[in-house]
Amino acid sequence: MKLRVENIFDKYIINLGACGIRCGFIPFGERRSESDSIRQREIDAGTSSTSSSYYYSTSFRVSFIHFSPLMLASFQHSKMLRAIRHKNILPAFSAFRAFSSSAKEMTVREALNSALDEEMSADPKVFLMGEEVGEYQGAYKITKGLLDKYGPERVLDTPITEAGFTGIGVGAAYYGLRPVVEFMTFNFSMQAIDHIINSAAKSNYMSAGQISVPIVFRGPNGAAAGVGAQHSQCYAAWYASCPGLKVLSPYSSEDARGLLKAAIRDPDPVVFLENELLYGESFPVSAEVLDSSFCLPIGKAKIEREGKDVTITAFSKMVGYALKAAEILAKEGISAEVINLRSIRPLDRSTINASVRKTNRLVTVEEGFPQHGVGAEICTSVIEESFGYLDAPVERIAGADVPMPYAANLERMAVPQVEDIVRAAKRACYRSVPLAATA
Amino acid sequence: MALSRIASSSHASNLLKPLSAALSIRRLISSDSTDPLTIETSLPFISHKCDAPPRAVDTSASELFSFFRDMATMRRMEIAADSLYKAKLIRGFCHLYDGQEAVAIGMEAAITKKDAIITAYRDHCTFIGRGGTLLEVFGELMGRICGGSKGKGGSMHFYRKQTNFFGGHGIVGAQIPLGCGLAFAQRYSKEENVTFTLYGDGAANQGQLFEALNMAALWDLPAILVCENNHYGMGTAEWRAAKNPAYYKRGDYVPGLKVDGMDVLAVKQACKFAKENALKNGPLILEMDTYRYHGHSMSDPGSTYRTRDEISGVRQERDPIERVRKLLLAHDIASEKELKDIEKQVRKDVDDAIAKAKECPMPDPSELFTNVYVKGLGVESFGADRKEVRATLP
Repeated sequence: MKLRVENIFDKYIINLGACGIRCGFIPFGERRSESDSIRQREIDAGTSSTSSSYYYSTSFRVSFIHFSPLMLASFQHSKMLRAIRHKNILPAFSAFRAFSSSAKEMTVREALNSALDEEMSADPKVFLMGEEVGEYQGAYKITKGLLDKYGPERVLDTPITEAGFTGIGVGAAYYGLRPVVEFMTFNFSMQAIDHIINSAAKSNYMSAGQISVPIVFRGPNGAAAGVGAQHSQCYAAWYASCPGLKVLSPYSSEDARGLLKAAIRDPDPVVFLENELLYGESFPVSAEVLDSSFCLPIGKAKIEREGKDVTITAFSKMVGYALKAAEILAKEGISAEVINLRSIRPLDRSTINASVRKTNRLVTVEEGFPQHGVGAEICTSVIEESFGYLDAPVERIAGADVPMPYAANLERMAVPQVEDIVRAAKRACYRSVPLAATA
Repeated sequence: MALSRIASSSHASNLLKPLSAALSIRRLISSDSTDPLTIETSLPFISHKCDAPPRAVDTSASELFSFFRDMATMRRMEIAADSLYKAKLIRGFCHLYDGQEAVAIGMEAAITKKDAIITAYRDHCTFIGRGGTLLEVFGELMGRICGGSKGKGGSMHFYRKQTNFFGGHGIVGAQIPLGCGLAFAQRYSKEENVTFTLYGDGAANQGQLFEALNMAALWDLPAILVCENNHYGMGTAEWRAAKNPAYYKRGDYVPGLKVDGMDVLAVKQACKFAKENALKNGPLILEMDTYRYHGHSMSDPGSTYRTRDEISGVRQERDPIERVRKLLLAHDIASEKELKDIEKQVRKDVDDAIAKAKECPMPDPSELFTNVYVKGLGVESFGADRKEVRATLP
């Protein structure tokens, strides 16, 4: 257990590693370089226990308390904890009780809706546009209630004309407004991709900083269930290869809220890749997440589950699959560390590399096509920075290298399943796995 | 040759019904008679930059009879698909065409299978019109190998190359330039055939429509753009999406015709007119004023953006099958009982096809890797776990 207090008055990091409690208490704006240098020291020493650090956009103190099942409350430090107690920080033992009695759940849909609501309320320049976002309450009900609350000037139902309305959104962003453009699915963004890449991503660069584009493009990405080849593609790799764009992909409700708020507040164009099948899923959210100032940092991955034998990276829906795979692997004595990327661009290479340096094995998981995919980039990053630490070849699990078929059995084969992740992790750990006959 | 004006069909049929009852068995016109019969469309055509075709449509008893049977088949098929979707035997998207049958049937009556048709995702009935079978439809919807696309396409991706039906497209508006491309190829090959490109009022505002139309007009392509205006683009009414919802005029320099899309004879007349014109003068636009009873898809109740009164109103006043039924009765081509028997037979045909489709197996796992390319060059393709599932593309 290590305790590291940097400056008791300015910033506290109390890392009670074995207790599984992390308490971050960080004034806005200062933290980043400090924690980066700390992390760098930890990477060098090989002792990093990574977690995302949380940045809060308002100056008042907010704490984040993360609990793991291995919680051993440390009473030795309770005096310290009481000394820095704020109404939002509770001492370990009572915090545990308070958390379990006040655990609230929220669906990803509610998380996105509340994030949009709060950001529109906070900044009158934020407006929404897209098909059926207003009167229909949103094709997937993400924008429910917002037309009634903010009116038709700020929630615009567009005709079915992506190239046109995306261009209009980017133009509005040039002029200083903060549009949130919804694509009913990202497959339809291909009609507008010229505006996303050429009009939005590159403008700040081409104009030497004069024309910034504070726009968010959001909508469901990747496969749904039985929607066929033209409605199932994952665009993470395409957008993440483009400099000038930021690309985020939430998994849980906390991710959805924090990342969408960060995206809307960010001055650069952000592509926000949601997942239709996650909209209805419920996740526990803490009081901090529910606070209207809650925000997650862009460019930071989250360790969803700590482990020591193999690193599994994933984003969006695949995080859930990776966590299930980790459960199965744990029963077989393999401890998998699951990293929820959260941010595809910028990619959190330091978290990924730190993890691989700890575990020495890597499995990348994604829904999209394998060639030139997110996993390919992660694999190369690890080879470039941590080659000596790898004990086994990097394993890649991705969508099948074919257009998405409709038939249920073929679709199941075309999308990664939990057993694929388990099998790849075992291969990385050199556990023998019976090879199935090749197709 | 009986010249008959059915201005108000209910009034006329009231007059004729007791007459046919009195004549009992002997019928004025037999239902398989191909003697020409002329019937007027219920509404006039409205034209833009062209002369409208006459309202008097040449048809025959047997043609009317086949209209009834084919539209009843399509209607029954779509209703059955609704039930199958709710029973979770159909997955993903399912966009139903009931209410719009007259457009598919009227068009087929005016053209040949050498003319090409391309449409968007509301394509089950168009596929049937082009010669597809009920088994192929239900098989595809349920993802079985007996499906039109061997289960790999799904509801939105029906095709039938041998009768020049080019799909079945999921992205709104994409089929319009594709259809102009088909017309380009027809002109290039010097064939005397035309292409009908169908799209909805939602797609009518797409930029690619105007781009393709401009080129079609410049190059005199035999392309007929048919706007199936069912007045709602998913949940958005036409007046909320289009500054000018007179879609037949939107071609500007391209002639257009507005047609009552619930009147199969009007559709037939308009398509016949369009084909003759397109071969001589290049592209034109047909706007079919039609209506869909279902919502946009099975996940849309269809009643949040329109009233139930409106839906039932259209069903009562303008239903295409009811209109043909009244014509058949009024002209004494068929009796009520005969028509009911047809509907029973149709129901049975649909149920049989569903039962047969349910028996049909799912595609073999090796089908995951077929038809990626025509010429695969021996490259490898992979499943989700590339070390476990791989195949060589032939």
